[in-house]
Amino acid sequence: MPEALVAALDELEAAYEKARHDPEFLTELDRLQRDYVGRPSPLTDVPKLSQYAGGARILLKREDLNHTGSHKINNVLGQALLTKRMGKKRVIAETGAGQHGVATATACALLDLECVVYMGEVDTRRQALNVARMRLLGATVVPVKTGSRTLKDAINEALRDWVTNVSETHYVLGTVAGPHPFPQMVRDFHRVIGLEARAQMLERCGRLPTAVAACVGGGSNAIGIFHAFLDDPGVRLVGFEPGGDGVETGRHGATLSEGSPGALHGAMSYLLQDEDGQTAESYSISAGLDYPGVGPEHALLKDIGRAEYQPVTDAEAMEAFALLCRTEGIIPAIESAHAVAGALRLGQELGPDAVILVNLSGRGDKDVDTAAKWFGMIGSDESAESADGTAIAEGVVQEPAGSFADAGSETEGIQA
Amino acid sequence: MSVADVFAACRAEGRAALVGYLPAGYPTVDEGVELLTAMSEGGCDLLEIGVPYSDPVMDGPTIQAAADTALANGFRLRDVFTTVERVTAAGGNCVVMTYFNPVLRYGVERFAADLAAAGGLGMITPDLIPDEADEWLVASEKHGLSRTFLVAPSSTEERIASTTAASSGFVYATSVMGVTGARDSVNSAAGQIVGRTRPHTALPIGVGLGVRNGEQAAEIAAFADAVIVGSAFVTAAEQGGADAVRALAQELAAGVASVGRVQPA
Repeated sequence: MPEALVAALDELEAAYEKARHDPEFLTELDRLQRDYVGRPSPLTDVPKLSQYAGGARILLKREDLNHTGSHKINNVLGQALLTKRMGKKRVIAETGAGQHGVATATACALLDLECVVYMGEVDTRRQALNVARMRLLGATVVPVKTGSRTLKDAINEALRDWVTNVSETHYVLGTVAGPHPFPQMVRDFHRVIGLEARAQMLERCGRLPTAVAACVGGGSNAIGIFHAFLDDPGVRLVGFEPGGDGVETGRHGATLSEGSPGALHGAMSYLLQDEDGQTAESYSISAGLDYPGVGPEHALLKDIGRAEYQPVTDAEAMEAFALLCRTEGIIPAIESAHAVAGALRLGQELGPDAVILVNLSGRGDKDVDTAAKWFGMIGSDESAESADGTAIAEGVVQEPAGSFADAGSETEGIQA
Repeated sequence: MSVADVFAACRAEGRAALVGYLPAGYPTVDEGVELLTAMSEGGCDLLEIGVPYSDPVMDGPTIQAAADTALANGFRLRDVFTTVERVTAAGGNCVVMTYFNPVLRYGVERFAADLAAAGGLGMITPDLIPDEADEWLVASEKHGLSRTFLVAPSSTEERIASTTAASSGFVYATSVMGVTGARDSVNSAAGQIVGRTRPHTALPIGVGLGVRNGEQAAEIAAFADAVIVGSAFVTAAEQGGADAVRALAQELAAGVASVGRVQPA
């Protein structure tokens, strides 16, 4: 980390240490989480989807039902309240899928803060709905045209802004990466996901899950749900990374599965990089997972064997996306569809007695154009309102008794 | 030759040092050597040879674009050593300025050994703070390389003290909060950060970020021990190649020499 940011990071750490023990701060945050976000988020049984998972019982932790449509609001409200406490009036953020940007713009509207969001130019196109939402909420969205023009470059640009304007600006980092205290602080604000889910599991099922599945880009929703289960050795924690076109093609974002140790954005963790230490360009159909780094706590959990990480390809994620739409009436974010695909895989592996908890981290409204194109409902230059028929996923919903592995062979048919 | 020798020679002439930055491999490795040599001939006492990096978060658009060009033209990390070797052979005094991940990946000890073997005098690390630099502290001692860490206007007294204590050769004071890039006026913060740093160290203090002409160089040379110029050299290289960077170095050197300096105690 540059020396120029050390003072701001120290200030943030001190403010956070004070706030996290301050009943007034915690009460205010709890009130917002309850009355504004709608927490606790529900736990939903999905028995029809479960038929595609070898009969294993699947339950979704519904972070997609939070205000703004994803888990990101949990962290943003905490950091926005901290910004006020530090006496700063301007907030900057990076965003990939736009969910963190929307959440930040929302909190800034609520708390009267100026908001600037950096977003890779590639992502502003594939998540145009969220760009419009941020602007409606009063935020300035800055398309980033450097590097790969995705999340990594949006973080670079946000850091450049921060180092220039640090005295009046707080950087609301949206994931559990970056320099200390961000990984710890962002995790703490998301711990509510796992704490709620663990209690809901015990109440609903009278037991803990066999496994917990979450998608991992930077890793914020995964760490949020994993954390409450770290001391439950019988619960498998499995993170699903963006496998893109397949890790063997080199076009992916599976940092923990395929990366090596390195430093990026002020954190030592796993990193997709070449032999010269240049950051590799990641790829995923999902803008929110398209990041060549990952939070350092995930690196630790991998190294000590407490959590495991597996890649899920674009095709697997989109098949799971379609299944969840058609079997349960839930349109997931493509990010979260990676976790759903992972749960289907885990179910096949663990058998019908397994209970799998999935963090459904976000909803898919922002992804309708991408999905409609993927499923061939519209051409690459059309938008979703041109779609007709119900072409989406007819193939995958026809044989619910078949194994998911078998259903996987139909993926090409869906696209055709 | 060492960085200390370079500063001693300037001090003997009663003036500040001129330090010029250019990324290695820009626009190609061969042309980069030619440009750096021209900067040295034009009057740069010390050359900062940058390592092009994919994620230069401390750099503004000018240096980012130059790094992208170098990488697109095939720059590999080992090219920084051949660049140092060739520019040194042509009479330049070279330190390397690099983000730390390429060094980590190459191996800190191995990087230091190869840099020293190429004739490099030291390294400037803009995203490495001494608190996280144990391996580099050891390797730089072992290979006789100078360690330049940065202080910023936001640095506390305690951090200025610990950063300068961990530095050798010279200390780099960033004169404004922000990324690299030429600016029309030199911020008054430059004088303040030098003034705050001076009591903590006997090392020379260089000021960077924002200098682009002889007049600004003279302004900074009045209170700093080195004037560091980066983006303006990149722009000159882009517009006029070796002749342009040589001419800019001459203008900046004249600006630096126009200001007599009382020798620091």
